[in-house]
Order: sequence, then C-alpha cells, then structure tokens
Amino acid sequence: MTLVLGLVLIPFLAGLVLLCLRADLPRRVVVVGVTVAVCAGSIALACVAAPVNLEGLPVSRHGIHLGMIVIEALMGLYVVYVGVRSRHYLIVALMVAQGAVMGWFEWLARGDVTADAGQALFVDKFSVVMALINGIVGGGICVFALGYMREYHTKAHREVPDRRPFFFALLLVFMGAMFGLVFANDLPWLFFFWEITTLCSFLLIGYTQTEEAKKNSLRALVMNLSGGLTFALAIVFFYHDAHSVELQKLIHSDHALALLPAALLCFAGITKAAQCPFSSWLLGAMVAPTPVSALLHSSTMVKAGVYLVLRLAPAITGTKVGLMVALVGGVTFLIGSLEAITTSEAKRVLAYSTVANLGLVVMCGGIGTSQAVWAGVLLIIFHAVAKCLLFLCVGVVEHKLHSRNIEDMSGLILYMPKVAVMMLIGMAGMSLAPFGMLISKWAALKAVVDAEPMMCVFIAFGSAATLFFWVKWMGKLVEVVRPQTPVVHEISVDESVALYGLSVATFLACLLFPVLSRQFIEPYVAGVYGQSGSLGPGNTIIMMIMMVLVMLFPFSFLSRGRGVKLVDPYLGGANVEGSPAFTGSGDAVENMTMRNYYMGGVLNELWLSRAAVAGGVALLAAMIAFGSFIL
Amino acid sequence: MNPWIRLILYLVFAPLAGCLLAGWDRRVSARMQSRRGPPILQPFYDVRKLWQKQNLAVCPSQNYYVLFFLVLVIFTGALFFFGSDLLLVIFALTTASIFFVMGAYKASSPFSFIGAERELIQMMAYEPMVLLTAVGMYMVTKTFYVDGIANQKGLLVLTLPGVFLGFVYMLEIKFRKSPFDLSSSHHAHQELVKGITTEFSGRTLAMIEVAHWYESVFLLGWVYLFFASSPILGVVMSLLVYGFVVLVDNVFARLKWQSALRSAWVVTAVLGVGNILVLSLWR
Repeated sequence: MTLVLGLVLIPFLAGLVLLCLRADLPRRVVVVGVTVAVCAGSIALACVAAPVNLEGLPVSRHGIHLGMIVIEALMGLYVVYVGVRSRHYLIVALMVAQGAVMGWFEWLARGDVTADAGQALFVDKFSVVMALINGIVGGGICVFALGYMREYHTKAHREVPDRRPFFFALLLVFMGAMFGLVFANDLPWLFFFWEITTLCSFLLIGYTQTEEAKKNSLRALVMNLSGGLTFALAIVFFYHDAHSVELQKLIHSDHALALLPAALLCFAGITKAAQCPFSSWLLGAMVAPTPVSALLHSSTMVKAGVYLVLRLAPAITGTKVGLMVALVGGVTFLIGSLEAITTSEAKRVLAYSTVANLGLVVMCGGIGTSQAVWAGVLLIIFHAVAKCLLFLCVGVVEHKLHSRNIEDMSGLILYMPKVAVMMLIGMAGMSLAPFGMLISKWAALKAVVDAEPMMCVFIAFGSAATLFFWVKWMGKLVEVVRPQTPVVHEISVDESVALYGLSVATFLACLLFPVLSRQFIEPYVAGVYGQSGSLGPGNTIIMMIMMVLVMLFPFSFLSRGRGVKLVDPYLGGANVEGSPAFTGSGDAVENMTMRNYYMGGVLNELWLSRAAVAGGVALLAAMIAFGSFIL
Repeated sequence: MNPWIRLILYLVFAPLAGCLLAGWDRRVSARMQSRRGPPILQPFYDVRKLWQKQNLAVCPSQNYYVLFFLVLVIFTGALFFFGSDLLLVIFALTTASIFFVMGAYKASSPFSFIGAERELIQMMAYEPMVLLTAVGMYMVTKTFYVDGIANQKGLLVLTLPGVFLGFVYMLEIKFRKSPFDLSSSHHAHQELVKGITTEFSGRTLAMIEVAHWYESVFLLGWVYLFFASSPILGVVMSLLVYGFVVLVDNVFARLKWQSALRSAWVVTAVLGVGNILVLSLWR
C-alpha cells in the first residue's frame, strides 16, 4: 500500500517542490532523486508477490474524494478561463458539459455508501508493467530533460522564456498522474488522474508560447476534453445501471450493463491514444521541446489511452463495439504507416509511427481475445522503450545539426557515432525481425487471424509500409557521402545517462522478452481469461537463435577492412579525388546528391489524413450506436 | 521425412539446384532470343571466378551486410524446410533483405543507393501478398507450420486460387524479373548500371549469387506447398511456375516503380484479399 501511494504521491510532491526551485543544482538533485525513487519503487512493486495488499488508506476515502472534487473543479475553472481567453468556446462548452455530468454523478451518488465501498486502488501484473514503463522510461526522460533543457535555453532556443521550474514540475506531476491512472480502480479516481494528464499535456505542448504552440495545445485540449466528456458519461451511466464505480466490476459485468460505458470509455481511450479522427493533436504536439514529445509518445498520455482500451478488452470482445474499436485501430495503423512514408521530418515520422503502432494495440484491444491482449501488452512494452530512445536521439541530433530533417542526417554514423548507433538500436527494435516490435506484430497477426481474418489485411499492408520508412531512414544514417568532421561533444552527462540506459533497456527488453512474457503478461492474461496467449512452443527458441545471429553482426566489424581494397564509388564519370564529386562531360565538376523517395506522387499526406478523419468519425459513431443498442 | 534430414538436404543441395535453375533460366532466355546461350553450369563458373577476384569495396563494412544477408537467407530456407512457422519464415526473409539493402546504402554510390531504394519499394510491393498467402494457408489448414500445411489433405490451390495467382505475381517481383527488375537487372548497360549490386565485387558478389540460389529453391518450395498433397504435381508445378516467370521476364519491358507498386497492391487487394474474404464468409 505504502509503495503504491508513494509512487503516486512522491512525483506530485516533488513537482510542487520544483515549482519553488530556481537554481539548477537543487533541481537536478530533486529530479534525479525522484527518478531513482520511482524506478526503485516500480521495480520493488514488480518483485512483490501478488496479490498486493491494498487495505487501509491512511486518510478517509470520503476526504480524498472531496479533495479530488475540489482540485477537479479548480482545473475545470482554469480550462474555462483558457477557453474564454483564447476565444475557443468549444473548450468552454466541453468543460461545462463535463462539469455538469460530473455534478449529476455526485448528485446521484449523494449519501450512497456503496459507491465508496469497493477497492479504490488495484494492482495486477498489467498495472505493474505500466508502472515499470512509467517509472523507468518516464524517469529516463526526466533525467534527459535536465541536460536537454539547459542546452535548449542557453544555446538552441534563447528566444523562448526560461520557465524550467514550471516545466519540470509539470513533468513530474504528469508522471505521478500516470501512476495514479494505472493503479486506480475507482472510476472517479481514474477520471481525476485522466484529467490531470490532459491538463499537463496542454500546458507542456504550449510551453514555448509561440503562436503555433498555442494553437496546437488548444487542439490537444479540445480533443482530450471530448474524451473526458465521454469518460464522465460512462461513469454516470455505469453508476446509474450497476450502482458501482469500480473498473474491475465494469470489466466483468455482462454486456447489458457494461457495453455502453465500455464503448464510451473506449472513445476516451481512443482520443487519448490519438487514434484516427484525433491523431492530429499528437502530431501538433511536436512543437514542444523533445522530452515532452518523448513523454507523450512513449510512457504516459497515449499509453494511458491504450491501457484503458486493453483493460476493457474483456468487456467488448466479440461484440460489434469491439469490432468497431478494432477497425479504428486497423485504419489508424494502415494510414499512419502510409503517412510516415511521405514526410522527411524526423519527429513527424516518429509521431506517425506512434499513431500507427498504437493503432495496432487498439486493434488488439478491440479483438479482445486472450492472444490479442497478450500481443497488445507486448506491443506497449516494446514501443515505449524503443520510441522513447528514438525521440531523445532525434532531440540530441536536432540540437547539433539544427535540423530535424532526415535528409540532413546522412552519414550521421560518421560524425555522431554514439547517437547514430543508439538510433539504429531503436529502429532495429522497431522494425527488424527477431526484435521487439516485430515479435509483437507477429503475435498480433496470429491473434487477429483467429478472430477476424479480414483484419489481417490492415496488418499486411500497414507493416509493408512501416518497413519502408524505417529502412530508408536507417540507410540514411549509415551512408557515407560528405566528408564530415565529428561533433566533438556529442551529449551531456544527463543526456548520456538517459540514452545509454534506454539503449540497454531496449536491448534487454528484446533479449528477455520470454521472461517478461512469462512473469507479467501471461499471468495477467491468464487471470482475466483463464488462458493465455504465447508464441508457439519451438518458436521462442528459433527466435533466440535468430536474435543471437543478428546480434553477432556488430562483431563482424572487428575484422574491418581486412583483405579489402578501397576504391571510389562508381559515379558515371571520373571521380574527383577524395570527394563525392565527379568530372562529367566538358570537364565540368559535378556534385552528386542522394535523396530518399517520399512517394509524393503516389501518396498524399493531406488526402490520407482526411480519409483517416472521415473513416474514424464514421467508425466511432457506429461504435457508440452499437454500444447504446448493446450489440 | 525427418525434419533434420530435410534440413541437411536443403543446406547441401539447394545451392546446386538453384545454380541449375539459374543456368537453365539463362539458357532458355537465350533460346527465346534466338541465341545459343551459355552452358547450364555457367552460373557456377561465374561464382567460382568471382571468388578468386580481388575484393574491392567503397566502404570497408559494406561486405559484412552482404555476409549476413547470405547467412539469413540460408537461415530462412532452413526454417522453411525444417517445417517451422510460416510467419517466422517471412520475417526472417524480410530481415535478410533488409541487410542486403543496408549494404547497398552503406556502399553510398548513387546507383547502389537508387537500387536500394527501389529494392525497398519492391519489398513493400510484395510483402502484403506474402503475408496474406500465409494467412490464407492458415485459414484452410488451421496451422502456420510448414509441416502441417504440407501434410494437408487436398490441394490447397483449389481453395486458394486467388492467393496462388497473387503469389505468382509476387514471385515475379521477388526474383527481380522484368517487368519488375527495378532495383537491379542482369543487364548492366542502362541507367541503373547494376542498381543495388553496383558496388559489390569479387567474393561479395559471389555471396549475393549464392544467396539467390538458396532463395529460389526456398520460394519454389513455397509454390510446392500449394500442391503438397500430390508431390509429383507439386514439383512439376513449381518448375512450370519458374518457367512462366522466365517467360514473362523475356516478354515484358520494365515498369516504372509507381506502376509496379500500384499493380502489386491492386493484385493483392483483388486476388489475395478477395480470396480471404470468400474463405472467411464461408467458415
């Protein structure tokens, strides 16, 4: 109990402390201290034998409840103020509606002791997995941010007002809210943390206060508030019908009671996970400093969305609602992957890939069989570590090259070798066969083919597109064209601690995935469904053989250049000594350049995103309708 | 047959069979163009000669990528003939191809670069159909294991005609035959030069050839699966499909990559998805 409460409260309290710390050193001490504490805490939680004892809150439930209402009301007032100030009346309307719905709930539940009787917190293997991700990956991001933000304000972006105390306070509060979210069983509690993440993400996206940042943060706020509204409605409906506000009860209720609330909660999850009609908020979120993007994309925020959908999987499996959720995921996966091909901006590619991969998780949640949920949890783990690593690497590169264009990263392996190798590790983790994401994709495909064979089509086409954009980026990193002088000081101490840590985490997650699966995912899935998914018996061994095979690759560089005669590349003319230029016709010296394909003529980002919005809206409308008629 | 015996037979005899197939390809192509053509063992002589040549490279590390390409191609085929999971086989094959592409990127000449990019486009073109082929086979046989699929009663091609045709279309791309010889081609006198293999020479080029031998045998093995309940028909059909691929190679001119990609995806969507849709409604 203490452990769980500590994980939630320490980041919150530390966040408040940070708000008052102006100097660099104490801030570092606090942030590093909190990171160590939450990492240790989540690992300790993982080692505690289940079931975790959650009896005996130190304060009365009622008191906590009141406190939450007060904070929620304050947050609501602030959001209304933001809406009025920016003349964005949709925000005001959504917030007022949400407030009204929650008021209705309080009125319904007045004097009802049973509403407070159930377990407020809940810990199972799935929450432990999420807590580990949040603690280790989120902690890594906070440490990274220390070094990154110093450089951000002193070198790269001097024009942005330095509000670092505020920034770090938000990061930690965000992390605390995420811990609360994964441990909450009481739906109003879950909702409370849910709204904190919405507000934090709004404030973080708008951190730089440029026009673009303001606009994008408001968009994120609108979309997440609409999810908040359906969340509130779900609480009211479920309480009205079932006289309970427990997530665990909702999951195990029959369809007549649970389907509509589950559909509404899935809607909320889909907004937060930036699925089809809502994916634009996550793309807009890239205006924020890189640690924010990394946090939103890997350990918190979007993961909260997919967490909820996967949690609800048992309640919607086999229904039309589940099918619609799966379709939203499938469409998002396919279109997101195609869109990622069309852009050369590194962060945008990463964002599209996040959207796509979360689509896959949502698809697994919608299918909702034991095998699918197993694959979904696996996807969450691998995506979190690898994607976080990639974002942070791109952030470092952006500071040194002053560009986030993939074309400018040509030959990065020569002048920023450490970062380039870490990026390659991340990308291999995302796209190469025996490693994390591909294992999970494989598992997802197997799960889907048993339940809804037609959904395989999305995976088949989508994963072909994924392959294309990852490998062409990897190719850019390793190619050797311009003679470059190595960057002397690649990364600061904080940054390198985080980056090395995450590289090792990616590596270990890939290597130890059978252990992860056996220790955490299989017990969770078996606990919910009575059986668990897994890869076929011999397959894990074959996979390990293959993994060892591929991991031998770096060792081949030990005999680098032995017995090989180096020559200039063929350029169709006489090479100019020591440069990528050649003498063409008429003795003119021509330079050569190489650019990746972005398929501008075949794929159009704008059309694709419009198609995604149209498809997503239709599917979500159908989902809510099916939920109301309990199909 | 014991899977270990199959595995050893594959490792030993696949390069031989692949070499003969390649020689036969060149011979038949020559006859179609009213030439005499080289001896049937010419690919083997080529590789032997390449092996003795000096090892030239633009980048010292480019050759390691090709080495791992070869190792992984052999591994892929080994998995297939050992009777493992078909999806695992596909992923292994993809990883192998990625190593090849990365090697070409590393070589960093504009010609190998464009070859690498186009090879990726080709992979993107055939990958969906290949995955759907595995899915189709699963839907009929209820297993992804090659062993189980091969022991199925009844000809798979009868329930999977669309998937089969789509798969043959993808073979055309996978073998880099005209009209899909976008990334590299046998004829080095064109705008591509040799595309993806431009900067590889000597032993490394020999390794690429050997990898193709292994790959051809494995892909024809997959064709065989469609007819596995009648082994003789299976062998005959695999050879016929190979002959068809060679014929198409000689009849068509190269397509642009846009049309190659579009046509491949349309074929997949119509034949592959259509077939699977019918199967899933039928259940």
